[in-house]
Amino acid sequence: MRRLLSVFTLLATALPAAAAAGPLYQEVQTNRAITISMFLAVVLVTGCVVYRAAKTTKTTADYYAAGGAISGFQNGWAIAGDYLSAATFLGIAGITSLFGADGFMYTVGPFFSFVTILLVIAEPCRNVGRFTLGDILSLRSSSKLVRGTAALSAVVVSTFYLLGQMVGAGKLMQLLLGIPYRASVIGVGALMVVYVTFGGMKATTWVQIIKAALLMLSGIALTLLLLERFDFDLLRFYDAVATSPAVQDHVRTLMKDAAPGSGVDYGQRFLESGLLLKDPVDQISLGLAFALGAAGLPHIMMRFFTVPDARSARTSVVISMVLIGAFMIMVTMIGFGAALFITPQQIMAVDKGGNMAAPMLAQYLGGGAGSVTGDLLLAFVCAVAFSTILAVVSGLILAVSAAVAHDLYVNVLRDGISDQKEQMRIARLSALGIGAVGIVLGLACEKQNIAHLVVLAFAVVASSNFPVLLFALFWKRFNAGGIVTGLTVGAVFAIGVVMVSPNMTYPKKVAADAKKVVELLEKKQTAGVPLSEKEVKSLEKARSDWARNKDGRSLVGLDAPLFPLKNPAILSVPVGFLAAIAGTFLFGHRREEEKFDELYIRQNTGHGAAEAADH
Amino acid sequence: MDGNRIDWAALARMPKFVELHTKRRAFLLTLWCFGSLCFYLLPICAGYFPEIMRTRLLGRLNVGYFLCLLEFGVIWGIALYYTRKSNAVFDPLTREVVEEIRREVAR
Repeated sequence: MRRLLSVFTLLATALPAAAAAGPLYQEVQTNRAITISMFLAVVLVTGCVVYRAAKTTKTTADYYAAGGAISGFQNGWAIAGDYLSAATFLGIAGITSLFGADGFMYTVGPFFSFVTILLVIAEPCRNVGRFTLGDILSLRSSSKLVRGTAALSAVVVSTFYLLGQMVGAGKLMQLLLGIPYRASVIGVGALMVVYVTFGGMKATTWVQIIKAALLMLSGIALTLLLLERFDFDLLRFYDAVATSPAVQDHVRTLMKDAAPGSGVDYGQRFLESGLLLKDPVDQISLGLAFALGAAGLPHIMMRFFTVPDARSARTSVVISMVLIGAFMIMVTMIGFGAALFITPQQIMAVDKGGNMAAPMLAQYLGGGAGSVTGDLLLAFVCAVAFSTILAVVSGLILAVSAAVAHDLYVNVLRDGISDQKEQMRIARLSALGIGAVGIVLGLACEKQNIAHLVVLAFAVVASSNFPVLLFALFWKRFNAGGIVTGLTVGAVFAIGVVMVSPNMTYPKKVAADAKKVVELLEKKQTAGVPLSEKEVKSLEKARSDWARNKDGRSLVGLDAPLFPLKNPAILSVPVGFLAAIAGTFLFGHRREEEKFDELYIRQNTGHGAAEAADH
Repeated sequence: MDGNRIDWAALARMPKFVELHTKRRAFLLTLWCFGSLCFYLLPICAGYFPEIMRTRLLGRLNVGYFLCLLEFGVIWGIALYYTRKSNAVFDPLTREVVEEIRREVAR
């Protein structure tokens, strides 16, 4: 989801500054005292939860799976808390506020992913799994290579996702509170390591539940306050959006129409899709990544091991679907509301990616900057965004920790022979290590375009973990050869395609764009029109960009992308499936087919789930 | 219980179990395909039939908007239908199968 923010930032930077009535402010006026106390309240409450959880976290089953004692209802809230990242909340509100109906279109993909989770993943995983994907695959093959590969794939995918979250967290805290990037990354990372190390899955679950509750509360509050202004008449609300002169002006700029006229109803255009999402094939490819990718994300899968049985796993997905769907619909309304009341121009003046749309609308609906209720509501929404980062990051750290400690150390290095005390020590140490790695990578990537990383996470999962998991659960002939080939080929191929896709930076393209700006401004200069201060600055910047990039090549040495789409799924998913099938036939093993009967009975009935948890 | 001593292949041939998993698999596959079809309809319509999508239905709201809303409805509908079917058909059947497995294993 993080890619929403970043992809969008890219697009938005390309937009010319729109003309708007009145001076635009560059920063949101927050009441620091209120905002900081709200943040401290979030830290305090979650801290108490962690403290309580830490006292009852004694075994690895407690640490990785909360002892299987989370109810379906609680887990549903926790899944919503795990899945709805800050990018969903702030990013989708932002996209909608700047591109209208495309924001709504965008929400359907992440929401649809839950159909796959519900139908294919949740119950079978609960029935056969214990802590990780490696546990499930090991039921098909006792080969260490299988478990090692599964663990490695979980580490890679979660690290991409984690890095996206860390960089996003740093930038958001800067935007929301004015805390420097480095301090935010270190602070968030360190706090999460403490939470996960001491509280394990119990703490993570409760942090996610609290966050989901806060998020729903803020979504409902903002939507009600917004619609109340129109006496809850949706038609009047959308009519107001479409007739807003600022919105019309903004759409005209987006469509690059020089002057009004030509009979286009720009306000109505805002309610039609296509301002942002232009290439249907790329959209279908993205849809495929969402539909299959989310179902194999290690930190989401892990949530199903925390409930006692398949029935509660099912309940939890349905609860989370109700919450996530309702939230998505509310968030798009908040986005439209922000476009109407804050204006797209003002939202972009504060942040080009539109991420501040929801917080700014909160302040406005509360009574505006300087009013107590306005500042309170703004601070509340900012604190919710903060708790969102905490919940997602802690879930990710736990997922990597399980793959490293449980799969790699205990089962691969020590042959599964390790006492509880040692296992717990390793689990906690690994969480500490992953947190440290996350912080270091986050600091290193401050200036990087991390958009391709989260595209990568979803695409890699959809083309490696998902085919392998599906075959392991449902295909009798599948075996170790298929698992290892599917996981590696699928992942490597998806990564490879992203490396040659338009997600990477192509210096020659940057240089060409810069050259256009230079030519345009120089032409203006030679025509005798004096340049404004802003234009002089952008001319200087464009000149240096051009000089720096004109002879450059992309990371893999290309001048232009080889693969035309941003999302590789449409190509890499079939390749992943084929690789898994080919591996099965090339490196076959009869013994493993026999093991299928056991796994197949277990995944369908849940028979032996309790025994599996004891071995 | 020692997993190695159980004849899983024999258990997998139990008529009750075969009934459960064939029924279940067919049901899941149909529902999943239906859901996917509905889902991909959205980008396809938006990309290739923009004229239909921008037809106004109610006030300022157009076909595209209602199609998005409909997607949410369909996804919730799938969840509801699946839950009902599972509770009414598959859960009782699963319990019977588990009972039978217990008896077989105990013998």
